[in-house]
Amino acid sequence: MLGVEEIHTFYGLSHILFGVSLTVLRGEIVCLLGRNGAGKSTTMRSIMGLTPPRQGTIRFRGKDITGNKPYQIARMGIGYVPDDRRVFADLSVGENLELAQRTTGGLAVWDKDRVYSFFPALRRIDSRKAGFLSGGEQQMLTIGRALMTNPDFLLLDEPTEGLAPMIVKELEDRIGRLRAEGLTVLLAEQNQKVALRLSDKGYIIDNGLIRYHGSTEELTADEEARKKYLLV
Amino acid sequence: MEIIGDLTFAGLASHLLVGLSRAMILFIVTSGLSFVLGVLRVPNIAHGSLYMIGAFVAFSISHAIGGNTGFWVALLLSPVVVGLVALIAERSLFCHLYEREHLMLLLFTFALMLILGDLVKMFWGADYRSIMAPKYLRGSINIFDSPFPKYNLFLLVIGPIVAVLLWLFSNKTKMGKIARAAAVDREMVGAIGINVSWVFAFAFVLGCLLAGLGGALVSPTVSVTLGMDHDIIMEAFLIVTIGGLGNMWGALVGSLLFGITQSFGVLFWPQFAIVFPYLAVVIVLIWKPTGMLKSVW
Ligand SMILES: Nc1ncnc2c1ncn2[C@@H]1O[C@H](COP(=O)(O)OP(=O)(O)OP(=O)(O)O)[C@@H](O)[C@H]1O
Ligand SMILES: [Mg+2]
Repeated sequence: MLGVEEIHTFYGLSHILFGVSLTVLRGEIVCLLGRNGAGKSTTMRSIMGLTPPRQGTIRFRGKDITGNKPYQIARMGIGYVPDDRRVFADLSVGENLELAQRTTGGLAVWDKDRVYSFFPALRRIDSRKAGFLSGGEQQMLTIGRALMTNPDFLLLDEPTEGLAPMIVKELEDRIGRLRAEGLTVLLAEQNQKVALRLSDKGYIIDNGLIRYHGSTEELTADEEARKKYLLV
Repeated sequence: MEIIGDLTFAGLASHLLVGLSRAMILFIVTSGLSFVLGVLRVPNIAHGSLYMIGAFVAFSISHAIGGNTGFWVALLLSPVVVGLVALIAERSLFCHLYEREHLMLLLFTFALMLILGDLVKMFWGADYRSIMAPKYLRGSINIFDSPFPKYNLFLLVIGPIVAVLLWLFSNKTKMGKIARAAAVDREMVGAIGINVSWVFAFAFVLGCLLAGLGGALVSPTVSVTLGMDHDIIMEAFLIVTIGGLGNMWGALVGSLLFGITQSFGVLFWPQFAIVFPYLAVVIVLIWKPTGMLKSVW
């Protein structure tokens, strides 16, 4: 469904990704593991068109989407949940969701009510300004906001970072449910446990290079590789 | 030397009303500048030029049509004309520049101000022009036993209407909410599938339209002439700064402070009246360097 081929991405003059390639098949959850500054978020931003790669191609459903604008990529069915959450702080929870609503395409039709059934904690705070939410609530809101665009592919950048274990568990459960509904997910994580429980396969990125890839079983078994690239 | 003028209750009240009506013009112009600053992050120095163009277009239209109707048509059409100028400028120039640094944008809009100033000179010349308000808005009525110009009362009605419309727009319409979201995080607005480029064009045109409206509204109270752009843009930037960048209510509060200190300055110390608003600005900025209300920057 998604094919990233040999991309090189820069921030200004600094070269960050050095020929990253990865493949995500329909219905899979694929995790992208790597320590701080490894290039996970940059990979996500490259796919979303926020920091377009200078070299290499990105294909989505067989179509070359390299160089497309983020709004076009979103409309093709890619939802983006950034690592730093970035809710629209000045708008209410409900308004955050409504702005993202997109009724064409996609697998299932998401609306505000469905997001609230999916994350019941959000329903009570519908009219609260998003800037006043807790970390967990903001994370639910950014996932809900991405779902409102009716994506069939979701980029999740460290959704559990800095959250309490209870909330991490809830999010883990929800991500599993999304897969069950047919959504495909690329999940960037530092939290190996959560990532390996959810994914079908995984990639390890370090210093802008893919160092390892394999099925979850292989990754779980290969403690050496994980130690080498993931331990801080 | 008379330092303290007519210090009766009636005198105070009428100065207050004049100050308030001046504040309404300032608010209309400044809210547009502030909107463009907040949503597009563009410090548009040419905003004052659009205000001046609004006044000149109002002059031409009202003279072409004449009479009371001329005034109303001018009031409605000149913001539209200014909006069109803004649309052309946005689609051809501004839309390529949003990612540039602020210094570049300042230089660019400064250049645009000079160019627009020259264009106005070519079109309308350097003469002083004047516009008549409709008959029923001319002259004064007595409030608290002192005469108060009817046209200023009219401004006192228009100002709040514009404020309410702006509030409704940014809080009740989808476009307004998108603009508020874009002011905080334009990248994420794109990432949820919204074409920010058109949102920006719309926001820019709306902001400039307000400059045009301000110019048309002010035209019966001043002589319409070259140089109007410089005067207003200085004041407008100061007001936006003391109010809080990008904050519409800040534009209102700042305009009120500016307008009222200006008119009370005239009352208490006419020779140095011009100093008072600037003094108020300095005091506000020492007290709150980011402005009285929350800045979106
Ligand atoms: N806007 C930017 N400008 C310049 N360099 C950047 C920028 N954002 C990230 N970088 C650099 O790019 C490299 C990769 O960062 P990236 O955010 O992709 O890492 P990450 O794997 O997501 O890390 P984390 O786990 O901390 O989120 C880092 O060295 C970082 O310093
Ligand atoms: Mg990251």
